[in-house]
Amino acid sequence: MYSLLVPSFCAINKLSSALFQGGNYIFEFDSFADRDICREFVAAAIAFHGETGKSTSEKPAAALQDEQLSTAEMEHRIKLLQEDNELQRLHKQFVIGGILTEAEFWATRKKLLDQNDRRKPKQRVALKNEMWSVKPLSDGQSNRVTFNLTPEIIHQIFAEKPAVRQAYLKFVPNKMSEKEFWTKYSRAEYLHSTKNVVAAAAEAAEDEELAVFLKQDDMLTNEARRKIRRVDPTLDMEADVGDDYMHLPDHGLLREESKDVLDSQYEPYRRYFSQDLNQHAAVVLQGRVVDVELGDTRSVAEALARTKQAELANEVSDGNLEKDLSHRISRVAEIEDLQGPRDLAVAPLCIKDPRDYFDSQQANALKPLGDAGSGVKTLKFNVSSVEAYGSLRELISEIRVTGLSEPITDPEVAFKVLSGLTQNISSTKYHLGKSPHESILDSLPKVTKEDLLHHWTSIQELLKHFWSSYPITTKYLYTKVTRLKDAMSQVYPKLQVHFVLLDNYNCFLYNGLPTCVYNFSCIFSLNSRKLRNLCSQISGIKFPYLSNQCFRL
Amino acid sequence: MTIPTKKKMAPAASKLYADDVSLLMVLIDTNPFFWNSINTSLSFSKFISNVLAFLNSILLLNQLNQVVVIATGYNSCDYIFDSSALQNHNQKGESLLQKLEEFVDKDESLCRDDSVDGPGFSLLSGSLSMALCYIQKVFRSGPLHPRPRILCLHGSPDGPGQYVAIMNAIFSAQRSMVPIDSCIIGAQHSAFLQQASYITSGIYLKPQLLDGLFQYLTTVFATDLHSRSFLQLPKPVGVDFRAACFCHKNTIDMGYICSVCLSIFCKHHKKCSTCGSVFGQAQTQDSSTPDRKRKTSVDN
Repeated sequence: MYSLLVPSFCAINKLSSALFQGGNYIFEFDSFADRDICREFVAAAIAFHGETGKSTSEKPAAALQDEQLSTAEMEHRIKLLQEDNELQRLHKQFVIGGILTEAEFWATRKKLLDQNDRRKPKQRVALKNEMWSVKPLSDGQSNRVTFNLTPEIIHQIFAEKPAVRQAYLKFVPNKMSEKEFWTKYSRAEYLHSTKNVVAAAAEAAEDEELAVFLKQDDMLTNEARRKIRRVDPTLDMEADVGDDYMHLPDHGLLREESKDVLDSQYEPYRRYFSQDLNQHAAVVLQGRVVDVELGDTRSVAEALARTKQAELANEVSDGNLEKDLSHRISRVAEIEDLQGPRDLAVAPLCIKDPRDYFDSQQANALKPLGDAGSGVKTLKFNVSSVEAYGSLRELISEIRVTGLSEPITDPEVAFKVLSGLTQNISSTKYHLGKSPHESILDSLPKVTKEDLLHHWTSIQELLKHFWSSYPITTKYLYTKVTRLKDAMSQVYPKLQVHFVLLDNYNCFLYNGLPTCVYNFSCIFSLNSRKLRNLCSQISGIKFPYLSNQCFRL
Repeated sequence: MTIPTKKKMAPAASKLYADDVSLLMVLIDTNPFFWNSINTSLSFSKFISNVLAFLNSILLLNQLNQVVVIATGYNSCDYIFDSSALQNHNQKGESLLQKLEEFVDKDESLCRDDSVDGPGFSLLSGSLSMALCYIQKVFRSGPLHPRPRILCLHGSPDGPGQYVAIMNAIFSAQRSMVPIDSCIIGAQHSAFLQQASYITSGIYLKPQLLDGLFQYLTTVFATDLHSRSFLQLPKPVGVDFRAACFCHKNTIDMGYICSVCLSIFCKHHKKCSTCGSVFGQAQTQDSSTPDRKRKTSVDN
């Protein structure tokens, strides 16, 4: 049993190492906050390590305790590893396997760590689309109607009805308490739902505050007027099938207002369904404008009020609107015949994923190192320009005189060429794929391909660390280099396994091997004698058939 | 004034232009030092006769096909044949050879070196640029035009001084979706043309039997772009992606790269010669050997 008074990082470390030795644990906490922190951490840690189920508890604990990381950092790293499979594999292979320490592994990835700290979750929760979320619950027996107002609903009410928001800010807590305020509001809603305009007018006459809720919202009408003035004149108002005005009066909505003409004194208390619907739709589509905690009603109201004011101020000061509108009009209303020629179709330049270059390096790998071109060499001799041009001219006049020969090529030679080409094309089709951009990797089974690419990236990672440790001046670097060397030499048998398995496929997979080996041979293709000697001292790596190539310099 | 010899077609013309009508730009290497130094069975006269037969067969494949030939010389490049500008169809070969002779004379007159060691370098970047300019003109000539591609018949070795210009031409061809095919008639592979064909999805081929050059040309390089989607064509084993350094134009494997403009240098410089940015000091705690090369490339 562990009881955590204050979750400290060391305690969490011990916890994580203990967790992965298996077994069940019960934790006691003093406060909910502590429990929440610990629960998040443990959940993340379990998710991270839980897939393999192996127990490699010693090393991670030892490695982690070397540095002082905050909980947030740890969580951040775990999150990064969870998101990127490739990174997670590398991390598991090297850090958990003891080849690299945690600090070294993350040292080259500072960019990743910094960048994502400030990232917020990508998706934001939208507002609910229920219009009548404040449904009264009434039991048939008594005359009570109950309204349930959650902070979410209150937020939405404030967003949709600016008059209510303003009233809240004005009345609470001076004139009435919050509970009273909402009671009055609920009463107003109830009255509206009965659709009894006369009764609403009567009650409003008695109660001033209630009148605020019952009357039409002036702020809304002002806002609507402003918006109409700023509508884009290039809006396409073309009617389509859905806008059938002839057969579907009122767009198919049942008109809920009575057709009686009421006295003008009752007009302000009338509610129009279409207005409510439009306002609700506009608010929902706009989404969450403020990011405040929903618990405190007052702060929500204030935040919303502030946003609205800021919007208003922006509109007033925005003189560019006229210019933008006129630009847009001129662009939309253009006449096609009078336009100049457009730009030609172009393909975008793309910088490719380096993994695509994996097998195009085959040629370099298959070539023996240090050799520049093919076997045929041109004789280098000095020619005077007069002579050269002269002979060229002679040859041209020769053709003019003799003309084209008949046949243009010897038929036997032509046949040899054709059969050679056919064989070349058909053999490379199986080995290299049909198009210049297809690779042998694609012809392998997916698992093998992933494995090979993973070996490649892990070797690159090891080489990066290997080279960054040169020159070796301290004992620490020496042990590090030895560790890396051991790790690299273990990759070879793993690759061998693949070749054995793929023999049945009959594809010449050692096309892939030289590329991995090429990376190794990069270690040895150096000009510096000192480094070469050093390499030969500590390496002793035995490559099956590459050893003669390695030390050729 | 030349009168175009295109026939006026019925409204179904767009269909004809969409499929296999091609505009072939042929860049032939007329570097005299190269032709003088090779000791294979292909002499320049045989080469030209093979090429002439190939051009005839291209023009026979489709009435609307066009061929333009550009000569890549030692000091200059020039157009020597344009099939769409011809008056008399029977005199194609004559006019090409005539223009070629005139070009060689002009090239010689521009020559400033008295003698040259070995094969020398031809101006591939110049002729690539001229081909791309012609293609752009064709693009702007109207909505209907044949699909262009470039064929380089090249033999001279790669001139490292032209690396930047050739790479720019290659990217421009890639952007306009113009494939660059390469047929290497020289002794060694050309890294620049390998990259060109790889990047622009063209074909790179170094024929083994130069005697049968005509057969190679008609089998591989006569295919139009539409047919390439269902024909199998030879694919090279790998591409030599090595770059040339900007300071000495040597081909290098490892070097220094400016992080601002990505120019490549073989030795450590204080300042980038392309964009002028000043490099900071390398942060090494211990003294490094001066001739040690460290790759400072942007992360992979």
